[in-house]
Amino acid sequence: MKIMNMVNAINDALDIKLKEDESVIVYGEDVGVEGGVFRVTEGLQLKYGAERVFDSPLAESGIVGTAVGMAVAGLRPVVEMQFCGFVYPAMNQIISHASRMHNRSRGRFKTPMVIRFPYGGGINALEHHSESMEALYGHIPGVKVVIPSTPHDAKGLLISAIESNDTVIFMEPKRIYRAIKQEVSEEKFSIPLGKAHIVSQGTDVTVIAYGAMVREVQKAAVMAKNEGISVEIIDLRSIYPIDKETIKESVKKTGRVITVTESPRSFGVASEITQIVNEEVFLYLEAPPKRVTSFDTIVPLPKGEHHYMVSPEKIFYEIERTVKY
Amino acid sequence: MFNTYNPLNNSMFRIMDNFGKIINTDYFPDLLDEEILKAYHDMLFARTADLMTVSYQRQGRIYTYPPNYGQEAIAGAAGKIIQDDDWLVPAFREMGAYLAKGATLKEIFLVFMGYEDGSKFEYAKNMLPTSVPIASQLLHAVGIGYEIKLRKKNQAVFTFVGDGGTSEGDFHEALNFAGVWKVPVIFIVQNNQYGISTPFRVQTASDGIAIKSIAYGIKGIQVDGNDFFAMFAALKNASQYAKSGNGPVLIEAVTYRKGPHTTSDDPTKYRTKEEETEWDEKDPLKRLKAFLNDKKLIDEKAEEILIEQYIAEIDRQFSEAENYPKYPLNDVFDYLYDEMPEDLKEQKREHEKFLKWKENLKM
Repeated sequence: MKIMNMVNAINDALDIKLKEDESVIVYGEDVGVEGGVFRVTEGLQLKYGAERVFDSPLAESGIVGTAVGMAVAGLRPVVEMQFCGFVYPAMNQIISHASRMHNRSRGRFKTPMVIRFPYGGGINALEHHSESMEALYGHIPGVKVVIPSTPHDAKGLLISAIESNDTVIFMEPKRIYRAIKQEVSEEKFSIPLGKAHIVSQGTDVTVIAYGAMVREVQKAAVMAKNEGISVEIIDLRSIYPIDKETIKESVKKTGRVITVTESPRSFGVASEITQIVNEEVFLYLEAPPKRVTSFDTIVPLPKGEHHYMVSPEKIFYEIERTVKY
Repeated sequence: MFNTYNPLNNSMFRIMDNFGKIINTDYFPDLLDEEILKAYHDMLFARTADLMTVSYQRQGRIYTYPPNYGQEAIAGAAGKIIQDDDWLVPAFREMGAYLAKGATLKEIFLVFMGYEDGSKFEYAKNMLPTSVPIASQLLHAVGIGYEIKLRKKNQAVFTFVGDGGTSEGDFHEALNFAGVWKVPVIFIVQNNQYGISTPFRVQTASDGIAIKSIAYGIKGIQVDGNDFFAMFAALKNASQYAKSGNGPVLIEAVTYRKGPHTTSDDPTKYRTKEEETEWDEKDPLKRLKAFLNDKKLIDEKAEEILIEQYIAEIDRQFSEAENYPKYPLNDVFDYLYDEMPEDLKEQKREHEKFLKWKENLKM
């Protein structure tokens, strides 16, 4: 065991996979010499050479498009997009090819690749550096979408993502890149994709979150506990495939559900979960399923960001209203 | 000029050497001494403001900032060529051009303090806000150029991008559209040798950027971007060329980013002291000052006083920005749509309800 933050844990997962599988290739803007703008890939080029860990030209479409080619040819590229807000030039490659090659070729060609990038707000960043756009990716048939909330999960999920024969969008909550430290095994281990994790058991209300919002929910759960409310916290871990079973079982028990995301409200993950609950466990509900999300607005620049970011107080507010409904 | 300095001939356009000596009198621009001195002072002001902004950032008074240090001759010359009616479509590292266009430092500071309000640049005619998604702005410049051409206006569009940005698809699409449409757009590539940590040779196997103009059927020229006179002459020529209906021009301004990519970056990780020292020799302000010195136009005492005045003025605008009113909730919602949709109004009302509840929350 070793104390790691999420940056260390992701680096460790990449290190393990680069070491044991010569088909793993890591590249992107500034990931080689500098080790990435968040230093996630630091040291890997020195260890594995500039043929397997390298800086690419500044072109997101180029990075993802070449990764599709590498994957089809038998490599396992793990590419980095510098920020969630800079993935968009690559959307055509993700939507039109990475997600479809398998289907188009009737299973002949697979695209075992991972597209990693930091996402999310709360770090006082400039425009385009705070987006939380997981719903966009969840909406694309043919890709998996994974978001860890702890260093341990980041390591285990990334190893699974690299080993998956599908394209995996791996979104990293940069707000907690270094904020959470915990003991993580230095050995190889994996966490299955598509399985949620019950962070803490409770009886009154189920609160579902992922990424940086899990920590905010935990703070809200403490406030709720002081008011005698017992919260069950589910960390989704994978946006897609989504773990319906865990959600259903929890809501059957609590009868109430709130989903917390830092992304815009409409057409998002919270809306999807609400509908899963409505369709599958409607008769168990004691209160309407609720969404605590950011607004359907652009993430404000830092001076306005406090209006936008979901706070523990806002989560607690909704917990209280839902339980008292 | 564009034929003489055809990028295929592999010759960089220079007028002044590293020591301020004029080595190319044919193209020396028709400028009065006081105009040159004024240009030097504007560059000095931009540099002073830039360095002070970095120090404000180090004091924690603004957020991440991308310094201009070392590239002032490019924006400085552009600032002299871009007319009031011309358009400026920025990237994010050409402060001197924004200032010349009428943007205020206070507005620039506001952006980096985290207020969208700064990006309004309300006194800068025909200038778009800065564009962070790399190279995407170049296509907007082409669209503006189309309007100018369609309505037969006597204007040009000046747009900026870095060397890293030339790897993006949008750069190539913009050059291609501009060539096909023959629009009056001047593309200024600030080739400062690095895209964050990535050196130029990793961006392209091509011998420079100017040469890329050939394949798009447009004019291109590689210019010493640290030579104010060369930049001035090239931009002036390009502007005349474009405004006469000949189409776009690609100017590669060869320079060096003396500072980090942004204040979050540490260049010692990827470049050497020797390289930095080598480029110190070619510093754009140093060179222009050497030229002015030879002409006995520099008065060190007066310059010191001037810099003190600059510092006071920059500080004044900074403190105005620091005393800017708090960011109201409405500002998050008010600028997304011409008319705010009902659902968005409701989201705001809901949040206000929560804020009331929060006031009474005793935890």
